[in-house]
Amino acid sequence: MKKIEAIIRHIKLDDVKTALDEIGVRGMTVTDVKGAGKQKGYTEQWRGSKLAIFLNPKLELKIVVPDDRVAGVIDTIVQTARTGEIGDGKIFVTNVEEAVAIRSGARGRDAL
Amino acid sequence: MSRASRLLLMVVMAQMLLSVLGAGAAHAQSAAPAQSAPAMDRNGSATGSASDLSPSAQGSKLTLQSLADEVGHNKVATAFIWLMVGFALVFFMQAGFALLETGFVRAKNAVHTMGMNMVIFFIGVIGWFLVGFPIMFGGMGHLTTLGSIVNLNGMLEVAKGWGILGTKGFAGAGIYDVGVLAFFLFQLVFMDTAATIPTGAMAERFKWSAFVVYGFFISMILYPLFGNWVWGGGWLSQLGANLGLGNGYLDFAGSTVVHAMGGFVALAGAIVLGARIGKFNKDGSPNAIPGHHIPMAVLGTLFLAFGWIGFNGASTLAGGDFRLAMIITNTFLACAFGGVTAMLIMWKQFGKPDISMTCNGALAGLVAITAPCAFVAPWAAAVIGVVAGGLVIGGVFFVERVLKVDDPVGAVAVHGFNGLWGVLALGIFADGTYGAGDNGITHAVTGLLYGGADQFAAQAIGAVTVVVVALGGGYVFFKVLDMIMGIRVSPEEEIQGLDLPQMGTLAYPDFSGSAPDWVTPHPSGLGSPPGKTVPATMTSVSLDEGGAGA
Repeated sequence: MKKIEAIIRHIKLDDVKTALDEIGVRGMTVTDVKGAGKQKGYTEQWRGSKLAIFLNPKLELKIVVPDDRVAGVIDTIVQTARTGEIGDGKIFVTNVEEAVAIRSGARGRDAL
Repeated sequence: MSRASRLLLMVVMAQMLLSVLGAGAAHAQSAAPAQSAPAMDRNGSATGSASDLSPSAQGSKLTLQSLADEVGHNKVATAFIWLMVGFALVFFMQAGFALLETGFVRAKNAVHTMGMNMVIFFIGVIGWFLVGFPIMFGGMGHLTTLGSIVNLNGMLEVAKGWGILGTKGFAGAGIYDVGVLAFFLFQLVFMDTAATIPTGAMAERFKWSAFVVYGFFISMILYPLFGNWVWGGGWLSQLGANLGLGNGYLDFAGSTVVHAMGGFVALAGAIVLGARIGKFNKDGSPNAIPGHHIPMAVLGTLFLAFGWIGFNGASTLAGGDFRLAMIITNTFLACAFGGVTAMLIMWKQFGKPDISMTCNGALAGLVAITAPCAFVAPWAAAVIGVVAGGLVIGGVFFVERVLKVDDPVGAVAVHGFNGLWGVLALGIFADGTYGAGDNGITHAVTGLLYGGADQFAAQAIGAVTVVVVALGGGYVFFKVLDMIMGIRVSPEEEIQGLDLPQMGTLAYPDFSGSAPDWVTPHPSGLGSPPGKTVPATMTSVSLDEGGAGA
C-alpha cells in the first residue's frame, strides 16, 4: 500500500475527484492547507497597509491505494490538476505499513 | 407538526377569515352610515374624540382650561414617546459598537473586546446615576419640552454666567420626577456611546481591571464635565450670551460632546498603552493586522446607522418638532456620501473597495453630521459627508503613519477628527433657518457662509476645548492609572490572546467536551501541564512539537 499526498489548487478539486472516481478511486481525505513552494506569495491590503500573504492556500488530498493503483492515480491527478502555471502543486508517495477498517476490523488491502 | 402548533395555525387562520369578513362589513358601513353608533371602530374614523378628553371621561364639565391642559399633556406626551424611542435606538448602538470593534480585532481577543462593549454600559449606568448626570445636567434649569416641573438649579460658576459643573441630583436625590428621568435615560445612552468608543482603539491589549476603573472615570467625571459646558448650561453654551458669539457653542446631538470626547480619550489611551506587538516594524512602518470577522463589523456599522435615527432625530427632545424629518434625512445623506467617498478613494488608491474602510467612511459621515444635522440644508449634509469620507482615511493614515499610534478600529479618525469637523461644519453651513432661541439667543443659528463668523468662532473655541479636555484629561488619567496598577496586559498574554488569560474563555473553541485536567484554564491562564512548560503562544492543546496532549 502507498499513501499519495497531492497538493493541488482549490479550483481543481472537482476535476480531480471526478477523474479519480472514473478510475474507481473514491476514498480520500481532503484538508485545507497553506504552504509555499516555487510560487511566490502575493500582496493584499488591509486599511491601506500592505498585507503580504507568503503562504498560499492549497488543498491536500490523502489517498491510500494498493501498489498496483499508484501509477494510475498519479497520472490522473497530474492530468486533471495541471494548469501549466507555477503553483500547480506536488505529489508525494510514501509506504503505508498497515490499514485497518474500524467498522469491520478488516486489514490491509481489504480495509481500503 | 406538533399539536400546539397545529392549534396555533387554526387560530391564526380563523382570525384571518374573521378580519376579511370584518373589512367587508366596514366597507358597507362607510358607504351607508349606520343609524346606531358602531360597536367597533373598524376603519379608525370614530376612535379619539372629545369624549376621550380627561374631564369628560371623568364625568366633569369640559372647560377651556381643561382642554388646554389636555393639549399640553399631549404635547409633552409626544416628547416622552419620542425620547423613549430615541433611548431604545441609541441603546442599540451599544450592540453596533460591540460587533464593529470585535469584527476588527483578532479571534483570540473576541470575548475581551465584546465583553468591554457590554460591561462599559453597565458601569456607565452606575456612574451616570451616582455622579455623571448631576455634574452634566444638575444646573441646566427647566427641561422645557418635558413638563418643566423640576428646576435643575445646582450650578457651580466661576463667575456670573460661567458655569463649570452641575451639582443637583447625586444618586437620584431631588430628581424623582418623570420629566427629569426621561431626560436622564435619553442622555444616559449618549454617555455610554462616548464611553465605549475608546475600547476599540485600546482593544487587544487593555487590561480588564484597568478598563473597569476607566469606565467609572469617563462616565462620572470626564464626559459629564465637558457635557455640562455644552449641553448643561455651562460656559461654552453661554459664549453667545456672554461674549456675543452667535448662539454660543452648539453641538446638536454630540459630534464633540459624545464622539470627539470618545475619539480623543481613545487617542490618549492608545498612546499610553502603546502599539500592539507586531504592529510596527523597527523602521516604524506599519503592518496590517486584519480583523477576524468583517461580516460582523459590517453588521455593527448597520446597527450604528440604525441607532443614529434616534441619536440625531430624538435630539430635538420634542416629538412635535417636525425638523426631525430634516435631521434624519441629513443624517443618512452624510452617512451615504461618507461611505461611498471612502469606498471610492480606497478603490482608486489600493485597487479594492476596502469594506472595513467603507464602514469607517459611513460612520465618519454620521459623526460629522451629528452636530450640524438640525441646522444645515441637505446639500450641505452631502458635502459634510464627502469631506468626512476623505478625512477618515487621511485620519487613519495620519494616526498610523505620522503619530505612530496603533488604533485597531480607526476610532480616533472616525470619532475624534470627524467630531471636530462636525462642529466646524455647523459653524460653516448653518443656514439661519433653525435654532432661534438656542442657548437663550433669539436669532436662528447662522454659519460662516451666511454671515455668521461669530458662530464659527464659538465653534472653534469648543473644538479646541474638547481636544484639551479629552486628550489632556484622558492622557493624565491613563498615565496615572498606569503608574498605579498598570493598564496593559503582559506580552505573553497579548500574544496568546486576551480571551483565555484575561477572561477565562475562548470565543470560538475548536473542540468541546472532556479534556485532560491540565487543559482547563490554569490560574496563570496558560493551561500548563504540571511540570511541563507550554509555550505562551499555545491556546489550549496543540499538535505541534510532537503533540503536547500526548
